[in-house]
Amino acid sequence: MTARVAVFKFASCDGCQLSVLDAEDELLAILGTIDIVEFPEARTLREPGPYDIGFVEGSVTTPHDAARIKEIREQCKVLVTIGACATSGGIQALRNMADVGIYASQVYAHPEYLDTLATSTAIADHVKVDLALYGCPVSKEQLVETITAVVAGRRPDLPSHPVCVECKARGTVCVLVANGTPCLGPVVRAGCGAICPSYARGCYGCFGPCSTPNVASLAGAWDGAGVPRSTLIRALKGFTVGAPEFQEAVRAL
Amino acid sequence: MPSDNVRTVEVGYLTRVEGEGAMKVVARGGKVQDVEFSIFEPPRFFEAFLRGRHHSEAPDITARICGICPVAYQMSAVHAMEHAFGVTVDGALRDLRRLLYCGEWIESHALHIYLLHAPDFLGYESGITLAKDHPDVVTMGLRIKKVGNEIVRVLGGREIHPVNVKVGGWYRLPTRKELDHLATELDRIRDDALATVKLVATFPMPDVTRSVEWVSTRYPDEYPMLGKTVVSTAGMNIPVDEWNDWFIEEHVKRSNALHSRIKTRANYEVGPTARFNLNADLLSPGAAAAAHDAGLSAPCTNPFRSIVVRAVELLHAVDEALAIIDHYRAPAAPAIAFTEKAGEGCGASEAPRGTLFHRYRLDARGILTDAQIVPPTAQNQLSIEEDLRLVLQAHIEEPDDKLRIVLEQSIRNYDPCISCATHFLHLEVDRG
Ligand code: SF4
Ligand code: SF4
Repeated sequence: MTARVAVFKFASCDGCQLSVLDAEDELLAILGTIDIVEFPEARTLREPGPYDIGFVEGSVTTPHDAARIKEIREQCKVLVTIGACATSGGIQALRNMADVGIYASQVYAHPEYLDTLATSTAIADHVKVDLALYGCPVSKEQLVETITAVVAGRRPDLPSHPVCVECKARGTVCVLVANGTPCLGPVVRAGCGAICPSYARGCYGCFGPCSTPNVASLAGAWDGAGVPRSTLIRALKGFTVGAPEFQEAVRAL
Repeated sequence: MPSDNVRTVEVGYLTRVEGEGAMKVVARGGKVQDVEFSIFEPPRFFEAFLRGRHHSEAPDITARICGICPVAYQMSAVHAMEHAFGVTVDGALRDLRRLLYCGEWIESHALHIYLLHAPDFLGYESGITLAKDHPDVVTMGLRIKKVGNEIVRVLGGREIHPVNVKVGGWYRLPTRKELDHLATELDRIRDDALATVKLVATFPMPDVTRSVEWVSTRYPDEYPMLGKTVVSTAGMNIPVDEWNDWFIEEHVKRSNALHSRIKTRANYEVGPTARFNLNADLLSPGAAAAAHDAGLSAPCTNPFRSIVVRAVELLHAVDEALAIIDHYRAPAAPAIAFTEKAGEGCGASEAPRGTLFHRYRLDARGILTDAQIVPPTAQNQLSIEEDLRLVLQAHIEEPDDKLRIVLEQSIRNYDPCISCATHFLHLEVDRG
């Protein structure tokens, strides 16, 4: 049987759905088992649901989108959120912490032209989500693994341990310990393959919190490297600012 | 159809473009009455939340405006910061930036030509169905795109939202082995890139001619990627930091993106056609010859031929990337040291779809107090609408479904990136 796949967009940069296109070779290998029937950025023909797998990119920022995600949920057997926007509201969730009144008056020429919510929220805040892929953008490998697993009727193998484990696995010298480079790796979910440390910079957290992140202990290590607290707080208020674990950590710091 | 009838053709959700947009045209009695290209992509307010962030974060944050041209955002951002701090990044460090940019051009142009735009010319609804009848054509396109992706992955760490660009240069330099690997890959697609120019030159072209003020950045002796000045076909020639003296953005109701014009003049166009019309003499010899053989000469006035220009630029980017790798000698350090200071900086570079301008104000700690971002698609909105008018008039006798296709094709001439275009006019608040 061929699985009918759909890709939907909410407030986003399109980077995660572009990762779907970038996975062309891998997808070609499993094409025949899947048929991408709804993907407005790639094709004009649009087929109505129900769909076997629905990928959702982006966060909810308008009343219209808050209603649309509910309809989409009903059309999808398995709903998979892809990327930081969909799983935690994305960088645009920085608006959630701002005074919306002042914020709006600073930015809008004509706020009355707009129809926007005060917050940018994760898809799971609105509907039940079956699987979540993290990252800004998602990892291609995880996308392919997820499609393959869902089609085979098993749970995909997705890590929840920290990036540090991936540095060890690829033999990257710890940038925090060796060079005192501020790195969020110890509290960030693996999945990217520890890209940043292998490019001589610290992880800036684009995959969001790992399971049970110990930010207090990380703060000690950053203090030891002479990094101001304000820098750590700013780093946690980044691409996954909406993640509850990071919000709590910021409050505690 | 009786000639006094009002005809409305609407496309509520434009497909095969990046982001969410719509189009509506109205004709009455065989005459164009109204055309509207609107952007309903929800705004994400980057310019607002950039305030309070550190200058070092701007390249990574602004990259998230657009998943298809993150390199453009990173390049315009670092140039603006370096301008504010009085740092010049040149030599091999700058060449590597151009190499990264070549990767983005190759990837983005190949994607647009083969998967998004060619289906219009050949009568398919998508690259997916095109691939069923012409697998070799689409496979060639994907092969080219992959090499573009590979350049960005090797230099930047990953294909989308690369992590290696920073103010002053790079976090880490590529190894000779990595560069040689890229050269091998580029060599393999050089013929494909040339074949692309030949292929798209054979596409049937709607016959439309128009002239507009074309605008691009310029850098002495280089086909523009990282700009130093801004030039136009009407004689404009200004340093990047005089941008706001010349260009103006307006917020109109039907669009979540700002419309740009040249002050005291009219709309203008940025992108491949503008770059070509202003810099054709700076193409690589191979790309210049291919353009000539394809019957292309500056100025190119048929907006549908932008697909040919895009293919020529694709070939140029392949040649340029190979030349950069060939000349590369590793610099002493991956980045230039600088001291941050209060001030203002501007930067402009050439995203695959056109000029991208950034301006930032910083305090003494290097924290942003103000940000302005002018993306290419917002600048092209008025020209997109002007083309819709012309195309509608020229095809007004066609039935609705044919008309809809050619109108959509006309919008895709601009390779619009609607995610980028959505941003808001920033007003200075007087709190006194
Ligand atoms: S998670 Fe990141 S890459 Fe994905 S759509 Fe959002 S901003 Fe783009
Ligand atoms: S190291 Fe961290 S910031 Fe870098 S790509 Fe991986 S998760 Fe994202």
